[in-house]
Amino acid sequence: MKQLLQTRVTGGVGDSAARPDGALKVRGEFAFASDLWADRMLWGATLRSPHPHARILGIDITEALRVPGVHAVLTHEDVPGSKRYGLEIADQPVLAIDEVRYAGEPVAIVAADHPETARRAAARIAVSYQVLPPVTEAEDGQVLRHVPIRRGDPDATAELVVTGEYEVGMQDQAFLGPEAGLAVPAADGGVDLYLATQWLHADQRQVAACLGLPPALVRLTLAGVGGAFGAREDISMQVHACMLALRTGRPVKMVYGREESFLGHVHRHPAKLRYEHGATRDGRLVYVKARIMLDGGAYASSSAAVVANAATLGIGPYDVPNVVMDAYVAYTNNPPCGAMRGFGAVQACFAYESQMDKLAAAAGLDPVEVRIRNALREGARMPTGQVVDGPAPVAELLRRVQAAPPAPPRSDDPRLLPGGVGNTTHGEGVVRGVGYAIGIKNVCFSEGFDDYATARVRLELISGEPVAFVHTAAAEVGQGLVTVQAQVARTELGVERVVVATADTSVGSAGSSSASRQTYMTGGAVRAACAAVRQRLFARLARDPAGLWLAGGKVVSVDGVVADLAEVLGDDPIEETVEWRHRPTSPLDPHTGQGDAHVQYAFAAHRATVDVDVELGLVRVVEIATAQDVGKAVNPQAVVGQIHGGTAQGLGLAVMEEIQVVDGMVRNPSFTDYLIPTILDVPPMHVEVLELADPHAPYGLRGVGEPPAISSTPAVVAAIRAATGRPLTRVPVRPEHLIG
Amino acid sequence: MSTVDFLAPRTWEEALAAKAERRDALPIAGGTDVMVELNFDRRRPAALLDLTRIGELAEWGSDGSVLRIGAGVSYRRLIEELGGRLPGLAMAARTVGSAQIRNRGTVGGNLGSASPAGDAHPPLLAAAATVQVASVRGTRRVPVAEFFTGPKRSVLAPDELIEAILVPPAAGPQQFAKVGTRNAMVIAVCSFAISLDRERQAVGTGIGSAAPTPVRALAAEQLLAAARWDRPLPEPTVEKFGELVAAAASPIDDVRATAAYRRRALAVLARRTLRWAWEELR
Ligand SMILES: Cc1cc2nc3c(=O)[nH]c(=O)nc-3n(C[C@H](O)[C@H](O)[C@H](O)COP(=O)(O)OP(=O)(O)OC[C@H]3O[C@@H](n4cnc5c(N)ncnc54)[C@H](O)[C@@H]3O)c2cc1C
Repeated sequence: MKQLLQTRVTGGVGDSAARPDGALKVRGEFAFASDLWADRMLWGATLRSPHPHARILGIDITEALRVPGVHAVLTHEDVPGSKRYGLEIADQPVLAIDEVRYAGEPVAIVAADHPETARRAAARIAVSYQVLPPVTEAEDGQVLRHVPIRRGDPDATAELVVTGEYEVGMQDQAFLGPEAGLAVPAADGGVDLYLATQWLHADQRQVAACLGLPPALVRLTLAGVGGAFGAREDISMQVHACMLALRTGRPVKMVYGREESFLGHVHRHPAKLRYEHGATRDGRLVYVKARIMLDGGAYASSSAAVVANAATLGIGPYDVPNVVMDAYVAYTNNPPCGAMRGFGAVQACFAYESQMDKLAAAAGLDPVEVRIRNALREGARMPTGQVVDGPAPVAELLRRVQAAPPAPPRSDDPRLLPGGVGNTTHGEGVVRGVGYAIGIKNVCFSEGFDDYATARVRLELISGEPVAFVHTAAAEVGQGLVTVQAQVARTELGVERVVVATADTSVGSAGSSSASRQTYMTGGAVRAACAAVRQRLFARLARDPAGLWLAGGKVVSVDGVVADLAEVLGDDPIEETVEWRHRPTSPLDPHTGQGDAHVQYAFAAHRATVDVDVELGLVRVVEIATAQDVGKAVNPQAVVGQIHGGTAQGLGLAVMEEIQVVDGMVRNPSFTDYLIPTILDVPPMHVEVLELADPHAPYGLRGVGEPPAISSTPAVVAAIRAATGRPLTRVPVRPEHLIG
Repeated sequence: MSTVDFLAPRTWEEALAAKAERRDALPIAGGTDVMVELNFDRRRPAALLDLTRIGELAEWGSDGSVLRIGAGVSYRRLIEELGGRLPGLAMAARTVGSAQIRNRGTVGGNLGSASPAGDAHPPLLAAAATVQVASVRGTRRVPVAEFFTGPKRSVLAPDELIEAILVPPAAGPQQFAKVGTRNAMVIAVCSFAISLDRERQAVGTGIGSAAPTPVRALAAEQLLAAARWDRPLPEPTVEKFGELVAAAASPIDDVRATAAYRRRALAVLARRTLRWAWEELR
């Protein structure tokens, strides 16, 4: 009976509610941060270091200032507050001070009345450098963090031993909307910054500190974001635009060009990984020993958290009694690395899944069987000692992708063969292979971080109709969060009309749109704020609120309609702001790596089928089958979108995406040579979504954004190995790795 | 702020006069190379010479026994209107960029850029095409094989424009294949074109992206000219052909591939395209 009255509201949790930005984006009408405009606006430009490592002997801005139309030329001396910022460690200069530590590091900034003028003026700044030798190998760099994990017997031995060394190249997030924002100086001495970011409050904290202003005078508003994937967690143009605006008293817009964007944000950490897996003759894991070295680049960014993920998730979703793991991240003079979808779990997954295939071969087992024999289950312990206390359908996901319909037979259309439109084969040299992989990812922030999200919800009558207003600072980066917030409010308040306000810093922090956490966290916060509103609403009724619910604009109980929402609300809207936290986590023991560091684990499995031209080393991924447990599909269409997109991004890492860095210099900073998959590279996908509720999470949901980007890479590589018999220990796999 | 003069001649004569007067003017046709260069700040021309308003430049027709393709004919029209008569060039055109690029990009622009990776070049070499260039001083015809002088350099004088490309219609099977590190929208790692002349029993070849300029594989052409055309090619001949094509290249290591890979891949492309073309002979 109660169930009947709670019939799902249209556009609530579980519906594929349409996203408000969808049609606009398809029609090219969506306003991105790069489209911002203000009267009397100036344009900012950045002068960057051409050297990966050099001492700055002097900066002469005289010639730049002489260029007509230039309004300001600033260096580190003009930074009003803290000279350095950082997500975890404030080690990155706003503008280089006496030294540059990577090629592309900002040295000076210019504001001018035209972007071209600003760029030309920047080129006239004379910086005299004393070039220093760069550190380009992580092994030679200063260690930023070491995360050891010890479980069981470090000297355990086993009948079967497989070892391997693996390497992951530097992947870029390759978002399509470059870094952009508009800083507007305010009458109160503060500044209003409109920008594309992932975490407004982290930006606010750092920008305010660097400007020497109280946070209340630095107000941030989210502008249209063209993708993020981790690349907008760090500061890029934020402080620079504000400095120029405050100095000139005029609005200042900064937009990075495509090449500049490749230098203007952090990348995925390149990694070198060494693994030893010991198992019984029937393929049951006895121990794993691993050493992971991540190249952090010139500044810390989120490296310390990334390496903790690599370590704690580094043996994969397997139950292993004995583990010796040492994961390191070191400073070099390469471009800084930080957050990218998968966040440390990606690099490790390529290595441990390659190892599982080796183990399968050594034990004479099917690759899926060896994984199932070692699969993590609910109630098992991670190497950190943490008990997995929610569903862990590792074996089930593997079985599902294995049982998925097989890929279609080889096509007769040469465009669907390796080489695509290049017409390189009509079937000659083409060999098919199938590979499997599964991955594990933590959801939300870990290691005792005080992770919370704030939501403000107001229920109000507008022209006689109840409307819910939702206001958070959570960044919609394209993942569909605005829609999710509205869905939660509809479900919780039983109203159809929901208005989601633009995210800004006039409401408390939502935390970052990263770590697959925002539906969990901001969804959870909106839900909690709605519950608080509901409570106050029910208190207005002269009766026991137990058993009351909101549906279809009415207060209802098991006995039927209790009251009309409009009557109860009257002229007196109800507003509640709630700060919502997930259950606490704890830090890792610095010597043993033990601790309940993670909030939730998420799993996805992939089966890749590839055709490889073994004479040319060209690959076409023919089909991908994937299965993922999402706990609860809050918006099923968006969930499948995340799975498609993440899988494609992992495919990109497998076969083409790499920032090539030679002697500290990026050699391919453009989409001409940083290749991302086209529609002819991304195959049809068979997607299975499991909904095994996590009792600790709102609606039982599990973060969905990252898991699909983790195991698709090793699955594709395993398939290429199956086709070619080559060891393939490095991604991306290049044609020359497959022939010769 | 400096400005760029925008010259927009409506006739070929006006264009030649403009180019003679303003040698520093950069011609722009589809703009798919020029605009990238401007955006990346690799070029700051004092003037742009827009060629898109000259109707005759975007026309094609016959000139005696050869086809005359105006420099401004787009890849898309090449594919749709000339695919039957110039299959090799059309195959190469299909591999260029995306639909948007094929709608705007021109063979004249491809020659103008003179990139060793220009996809139109190998089939033009294989078909023994001629480039017609013009200036107020007059018109001259340059065999494609002599047109390129180095990476992104050609024989074009500062006052000259490319008027048309003269290509004999296919006299037998033609093939083109291009290796890239993704399945579409990719700059050639290396490419190869072959053209067979059934009557004369002559072979043309063109190699892309594997030498400072697009080049022919002359020894490979000679090998086939000496073969028996009335029967299947013996496997050793096919192998040898591949080796000679690879030997004609002088590739380098770069962000896209290694020199060694390019050589190996060229040999494979040469063997495969030869087999496909030979198969069509019968
Ligand atoms: C996304 C993208 C993908 C691409 N993919 C490919 C590809 O797959 N293969 C490939 O070969 N190219 C590719 N290109 C490059 C480009 O599209 C081609 O080189 C095209 O043929 C250029 O033609 P256009 O008409 O656009 O030339 P423009 O850009 O207008 O001009 C190119 C050059 O030729 C000169 N020029 C043009 N017309 C004349 C003339 N009549 N006389 C003298 N000089 C002239 C110009 O001054 C300039 O130097 C790509 C470009 C982009 C942006």
